[in-house]
Amino acid sequence: MNIKATLRLALAALIRNKTRSLLTMLGIVIGVAAVIITVAIGVGARTSVQASINSLGSNLIVVQPGSVTQSGARTGFGAASTLTPADGLEIAKLPGVAAVSPTVSLRTQVVAGENNWQTTITGVAPTYTFIRSWGLSAGRFFNQNDVTSDAKVAVLGQTVAGQLFPGGTSPIGQTVIIKGAPFTVIGALDPLGQSGLGQDQDDVVLIPYTSAMERLTGLTTVNTLMVSAATAAQIDGVTQSVTSLLEERHRIVPPQTDDFQVRNLQAIAQTASQTGAILELLLAGVAAVSLVVGGIGIMNIMLVSVTERTREIGLRMAVGARAGSIMRQFLAESIVLATIGGLIGVAAGGVGALGLALLTHWPTAVPLQWVLASVAFSALVGIFFGYYPARQAAALSPIEALRFE
Amino acid sequence: MAPVVEVADLQREYAMGEDRIYALRGVNLTLERGEFVAVMGPSGSGKSTFMHVVGLLDQPTAGTYRFEGAEVSHLSADERADIRGRRLGFVFQAYNLLPRTSALENVELPMVYAGVPERERKTIALAKLEMVGIADLAAHHPNQMSGGQQQRVAIARSLVNDPGLILADEPTGALDTKSSQDIMHLLTRLNEAAGITVMLVTHEPDVAAYARRIVTFRDGLITGDSINERRAA
Repeated sequence: MNIKATLRLALAALIRNKTRSLLTMLGIVIGVAAVIITVAIGVGARTSVQASINSLGSNLIVVQPGSVTQSGARTGFGAASTLTPADGLEIAKLPGVAAVSPTVSLRTQVVAGENNWQTTITGVAPTYTFIRSWGLSAGRFFNQNDVTSDAKVAVLGQTVAGQLFPGGTSPIGQTVIIKGAPFTVIGALDPLGQSGLGQDQDDVVLIPYTSAMERLTGLTTVNTLMVSAATAAQIDGVTQSVTSLLEERHRIVPPQTDDFQVRNLQAIAQTASQTGAILELLLAGVAAVSLVVGGIGIMNIMLVSVTERTREIGLRMAVGARAGSIMRQFLAESIVLATIGGLIGVAAGGVGALGLALLTHWPTAVPLQWVLASVAFSALVGIFFGYYPARQAAALSPIEALRFE
Repeated sequence: MAPVVEVADLQREYAMGEDRIYALRGVNLTLERGEFVAVMGPSGSGKSTFMHVVGLLDQPTAGTYRFEGAEVSHLSADERADIRGRRLGFVFQAYNLLPRTSALENVELPMVYAGVPERERKTIALAKLEMVGIADLAAHHPNQMSGGQQQRVAIARSLVNDPGLILADEPTGALDTKSSQDIMHLLTRLNEAAGITVMLVTHEPDVAAYARRIVTFRDGLITGDSINERRAA
């Protein structure tokens, strides 16, 4: 008997006992659905954390001013304003650093003709677009000359461009007024969309950081220094050398605490994603236990089924079934039972994950390899727990089986 | 042509705890093609064991058994299963049909194990149902049929692989008089018209009366073997 015929026989036997087959499957269905939902939530959460980290830029290291006071003692000048563009220039010379950009931000009103819009003005260096992996949709970005000459040029985010120049008017070459000073729009940024925290990243105007310090904040310090490591592998090394350099430049000696903070987002992301992965594995493990319980349910019913169908087995043997055919038939029944249960479980889990995503707005994703793994594991459960009952069936003597009452 | 069944000094003993039970103590019998023989005897006479050995459901402990000319007393379980499926047909007292399965599919069953292609199976199964006169019930399930109809399905099933021998174990044991007569007429017709060799095991003289030859068992031995002079019709 070939595989197709065996499967056909198994399917026919299962259909003959629809209710029982469905109830037997239920354990596997619930187990697989639990695995799929757990994984869907876990993977979805990890993906969204990763995506929001990545959207901040490649191999990003952020230097921020540190806390102002330490046990009541002042540790730096000004309210958390210790970083200067000069710090940035020195960091740029460190090995493994691909680019550095200071950022100087403030919220203010921007006016263009009859339209105005409150937005974030961020002063940055020309390297900023590289650090953030942010492209232009039109025009050009400002260059080193613009920085050196405190040029009054601006590059608009999509949201700002849309608000100030509605109806598809090109903003390039137009003038916008920021805090009374006219800035010429020289470019527009690609849309980035929302950040991981739900912030509209396109609601921004970028100008040279020198112009921002000179004309808007009037300060000699910057808000942050954004550093991009040349490769992901160098992030930790660069984080170390930036810290040492700044400690030296800011003349910080122990036991003084640093007046700045160097954070690399990759490490945060990794921790977050590792924690997520462990939790996910743990939950999937619990779900897998329920799969095994489902398997025991299958074994139980298959044993009952073998006893109940003893005469049928005897008859099949009498009309030419070999012990091997009987064995394969019962094994096929439990495999088909478990696999169909697995497939229904995947479908139920998928629907569950989708429902959860719609209800809670948590991102969910069901990776294909987990779907395949769940179904394969179900089939394995079927083989493992079906083997013993199938062997019992095949070991029956035809005479005894035919006589069985 | 070789006889269908040829047994010589056939013995079968069982261990039953400490005791040994001698179910067959040296049976000699030859069954020619086209015969219709009834095996009779009280319970415990060895007639059932004899049928099991002849039907290759059981193996003798000593003696020889040639089925259609070939020695079969020492075949493996798989080899015996193959011969059962291809050369033997069984009819049981309790019909032994698969529940919740149509008559047609029940009749197809031996061909599934014999590896007959599906399309062919349907055609043959339908032809055999026609032969036993219930082609119109092909789609019915066993619980929708009378006992006599179910036994006809079982007989159709025993015919599908054109067996050399049909073994009928108390085929009328669960039927009323009218249905019993019908079934016996059917077996007689199959034997006479189609030349099918039939071995009938029964303890009812009325049923044995349809056979052309009656073999009687007692205490594991054949004690009577005669031509049935007053055959029922």
